[in-house]
Amino acid sequence: MKRTLYADTIATGALWAIAILVVTILGAIILHFLFASVGTISLGFLFGDPSDTSVGGIGPLLWNSIYILVLTLLLTVPLGILGGIYMAEYAGQGPIPNMIRLSQELISSVPSIVVGLFGLALFVNATHWSFTALGGALALSIFNLPLMTRLTEQALRAVPRDERDGSLALGTTKWQTIRHVVLPLAVPGIVTGVILTAGRIFGEAAALLFTSGVATPPHYDYLDFSLGDPRSPWSPFHAATTLSVYIWKLNSEGLGTFVRQISDAAAAVLVIMVLLFNLGARWLGRVLQRRVTGAR
Amino acid sequence: MANSVASIERGKLDRGLTFRERIDPARRITLLAAGAVIALVLMLLVFIAFNGVQIFTASGFSFDAIFNATWNPDSTTAQSFGILPFIAGTVGVMVVAAIIATPLSVGLAIFMAEVAPDWARSVAQPAMEVFVGIPSVVWGWLGITVLVPFLRDDLHGIGFTLGFSWFAGSIVLSLMILPTITSITFDVITSIPAELRSASVALGTTRWQTIRHVVIPAGAAGIMTAIVLGMMRAAGEALAVQMVIGNRGVMPTSLADPMSTLTSEITLDVGNTVAGEPWNQVLWTMGLVLLLMSFGFVLLVRRLGRRRALG
Amino acid sequence: MSIADPPARADAPEVTRPTVAPSSLSTSAPIKLQARGLNVYYGAKRAVRDVDLDIPANAIMSFIGPSGCGKTSILRCFDRMNDLVPGARVEGTIMLNGEDINGRDILPVEVRRRVGLVFQRPNPFPMTIYDNVAYGPRRHGTSNRAALDEIVESCLGRAALWDEVKDDYRKKSGLSLSGGQQQRLCIARTLATEPDVVLMDEPCSALDPIATLKIEELMADLRARYTIVIVTHNMQQAARVSDRTAFFTMGEDRSGYLVEVGDTSEIFTNPRERLTEDYVSGRFG
Ligand SMILES: Nc1ncnc2c1ncn2[C@@H]1O[C@H](COP(=O)(O)OP(=O)(O)O)[C@@H](O)[C@H]1O
Ligand SMILES: [Mg+2]
Repeated sequence: MKRTLYADTIATGALWAIAILVVTILGAIILHFLFASVGTISLGFLFGDPSDTSVGGIGPLLWNSIYILVLTLLLTVPLGILGGIYMAEYAGQGPIPNMIRLSQELISSVPSIVVGLFGLALFVNATHWSFTALGGALALSIFNLPLMTRLTEQALRAVPRDERDGSLALGTTKWQTIRHVVLPLAVPGIVTGVILTAGRIFGEAAALLFTSGVATPPHYDYLDFSLGDPRSPWSPFHAATTLSVYIWKLNSEGLGTFVRQISDAAAAVLVIMVLLFNLGARWLGRVLQRRVTGAR
Repeated sequence: MANSVASIERGKLDRGLTFRERIDPARRITLLAAGAVIALVLMLLVFIAFNGVQIFTASGFSFDAIFNATWNPDSTTAQSFGILPFIAGTVGVMVVAAIIATPLSVGLAIFMAEVAPDWARSVAQPAMEVFVGIPSVVWGWLGITVLVPFLRDDLHGIGFTLGFSWFAGSIVLSLMILPTITSITFDVITSIPAELRSASVALGTTRWQTIRHVVIPAGAAGIMTAIVLGMMRAAGEALAVQMVIGNRGVMPTSLADPMSTLTSEITLDVGNTVAGEPWNQVLWTMGLVLLLMSFGFVLLVRRLGRRRALG
Repeated sequence: MSIADPPARADAPEVTRPTVAPSSLSTSAPIKLQARGLNVYYGAKRAVRDVDLDIPANAIMSFIGPSGCGKTSILRCFDRMNDLVPGARVEGTIMLNGEDINGRDILPVEVRRRVGLVFQRPNPFPMTIYDNVAYGPRRHGTSNRAALDEIVESCLGRAALWDEVKDDYRKKSGLSLSGGQQQRLCIARTLATEPDVVLMDEPCSALDPIATLKIEELMADLRARYTIVIVTHNMQQAARVSDRTAFFTMGEDRSGYLVEVGDTSEIFTNPRERLTEDYVSGRFG
C-alpha cells in the first residue's frame, strides 16, 4: 500500500517535471530570440535591403517568403479542398480511395530535401526556368497538397451527420448539400488548418534551396509589375531566396561580420511569425465558428 | 388508385436521369483533385529512382563501390563514393534522437491526457502547436549559437572538442520530433475508452497503476506508431542537422565527434557538383535511399495498424 | 488508516435467513453502509438531496426510481468514485462498518478496494481472462503465481463463469466473451480484490434475458458473503433478487431524494408512500 502510493506520488511528480521542462524550453527559446534581436529589429531591418557592410535588412527576403507562401496556397488550397471533398463525401472504402490515402502518406513522408532534389530536376533544369519563385512554390505544393486535402477531409468529417441528413431529407442533391450545408460549416476548421499550415510553409527551407535559390536578392523595384520579367519581384519567375533560406546561407558561408546579429534577428522574425500564425489561426477560427453557428 | 392520380399530377417518380446526373461531374472533378497525389508519388519515385541509379548504369560503379564505408569524393588518387557513413549517420542521429525524445514526449502526452488540470493543459497544448511550427533553420541556428558552444566549452573534458557532433544533431532533432510524438501519443491516449480507467480505479488502484497497467498497454501500438513517425521525421530532417553535426563523411564512432547524414550531404553538395558527374549522381542515390527509407517507415506504420502518416 | 474488518463471517445470517421471506432479517442484521445527510452536487446543481440510508450486511438492497433521480450518483459515493468526477462535490457522511469513508486519514484507494463497483456496461480490460481477474490482486501486491492461480480460479467460480472458460481462460481475451460473460468477468474481477460490498449499477441493462437470469442467480449466491447494492430499472428484477428496496425520485428542483426504504415485499405490495405506490404499480400495470 505504502509503496504503491509512493510510486503514484513520484510518477505524478515526474510527469509534472517533464511538462514544466518542455514548456520552459519553449519559453526560453522565445525569450532568447526576443532578447537577442531587440536591438536589431527595426523598420529599416524589416524593409531594408541586405548588405555586406552593415546589418542591412531583410526586406526582399521577407517579400519572397510571403510571395512563395501565397503562391503555394493559391496552388494547393483550391485543389486540396476539392480533393478533401472527394475523400470525405464520395470516397468511402475501395481500392482507389485506399491508393489515394497510401499516396498521401507516402508523399508526406518524403524528406523535403528530396522534394528539393526532385524540384531541381523538374522545375529548374527540365523547364530551363532556373531558380524561380514558381519552382519553389511548386516544390512546396508537392507535400502541401496532401496536407490540404487531409485537412479539408477532417474538417468536413467533423460536420455532424444531422446537418447532412437535414438537407438531403429536403430532396437536395448530394452536391447541393455539400456546397450549401457541409462546406460552409467546415470553413472555420479549414481556415484554421490552412493558417497553421501556412506557418510551416513560411519557415520551410530545405525544399527551396535548389528550387527558388540561395542568391542574395538585388534591390527590388516593387513598382515593376511586368509578370514575365524575372527581375520584377512580382514575377513568378524571379529568383526568390526566402528568409529561412537566407539564415541557412549566411551560416553555411559563415564569414560576414554581422552574421550573428542578422541571423538572430531573422530567426526572431520567423519565431514571431509562427506565433502570429498560431494566434491568428485560433482567433480567426473562433470568429468564423461563431459566425457560422450564429448565422444558422 | 388515389396514389397514382397524385403521382401523375406531380410527375413520375422515375423521370429518367439527366446527362448531368449520370455523369456526376462533382464526383469526377473532386476525384481528379484527390487522385493527383497518386501521380505525384509515381512521378517522384520514377524521377528519383531514375537519377539515383545513374551512378550504376551511366557511370558504371559497382554496388560495392557505393555501399561501402569510404567517402573520399574529391581525392584524385583514392577517389571513393561509399555512402555507408551517411546511412549510418542518419540511422545514428535518428535513433539517439528518438531515445531522448520518447520519454519526454510520451510523458508529456500522458501528463496532458491523464494528470494535467485544465489550466495546465491549456498551457501545454498551444505550446506544442508553437513547438511544431518553429522552422528547421531556427533550430539549426539555436544549435549553432547555444548548444554547440555549450558542448564545446563546458563538455570539452568529455570529448566534445568541436561541439559539432552526433550528439548535437540528436539533441536538436529530439526537440524537433518531440511535438510529433507528443501529439500523436496524446490522441492515442485520449481515444482509450474512459470505462477502462474507471474499471481500474474502482478496483482500488492508484492513478499511476492505472496509467502503467491499463492506459499504456492499451495504447502501446499507437505509441509505437508515434515513435516511428517521429523517427521518420528525424531521418528526413535536413538543415537543422546539417548545421550542427559537423558534416564529416566518416563512419560514426563517438557521440562527441562530427559526422554526417544523407540529408546533410545532399544539402551541402548538390550546389557544388556538376550534373552527370559521379559525385552528383551519388547524391541522387542518397536521395533514393532516403526515399525508400521513408516509404519503409510508412509501410511499418501501416503494419502497426494505424494510418496516421499525416501530421 | 485502514477500515475496521467486517464482522466475523461465522455469524453471517446465511443459515438463519429463511429462503422464503428474506425480509424477516431486515432489522436484525448489522449495518454495513450508512449514509447520513448525503448531498451530491455537480457544479451548482444539486443532484441528490439529504439522503439517510442504512444498508444491512449480507443482504441485497436494490435502488429503484426514475432515470436521473441520482441512483448512480449515490452509488458512486459509496466507493468515492465521485472524487474523480470534475466538478462533483459530496456532502454528508458515509460509514462503512462504522468508519467514515471520507475521514481524514482514509485513502480512497483503500475504500474502493473494499467496496467494489460493477458498471452498467461490461468493461473488461483488453487482456486475457486470467489477467483481468488477477489485475486487482497484482496491483495490491500479490505476485505469487500459485496464490494468483487460486484467486483467479475461485473468483471465476464464484462469478459462475469458471465452467464456461476453464479451458482457455489463460489465453483468451476478456473482450472475446459474450456480453453476459463479460459482465460476470467484471464481477469476478471485483471479487478478486476481496471487497465487503459489491455495488452494481444496472448490471443487466446491456444484457439479454438469459444472461440477466445468470447474473441474478449469481447475486443470490453472492449474498452469503457480500453486501450487495444493485441499481435497477427493472421492477421485477428488484422484486426477484433483493431483500430490501429503496425508492428514489426527483423533487421540483430536479434533485433526487429518498422516498422510502423497506423490505422489498412491503415496498412492492404495501408501500407507505403514495409516490412509491404510483411508481411501483405504474411499472407493473
Ligand atoms: N458527471 C456529471 N456531471 C453533471 N451532472 C451529472 C453528472 N452525472 C450525473 N449528473 C446529473 O445528476 C443527476 C442524477 O444522475 P444519475 O446519478 O446518473 O441518475 P440515475 O443513475 O438515477 O439515472 C442527473 O440529472 C444527471 O444529469
Ligand atoms: Mg444511472
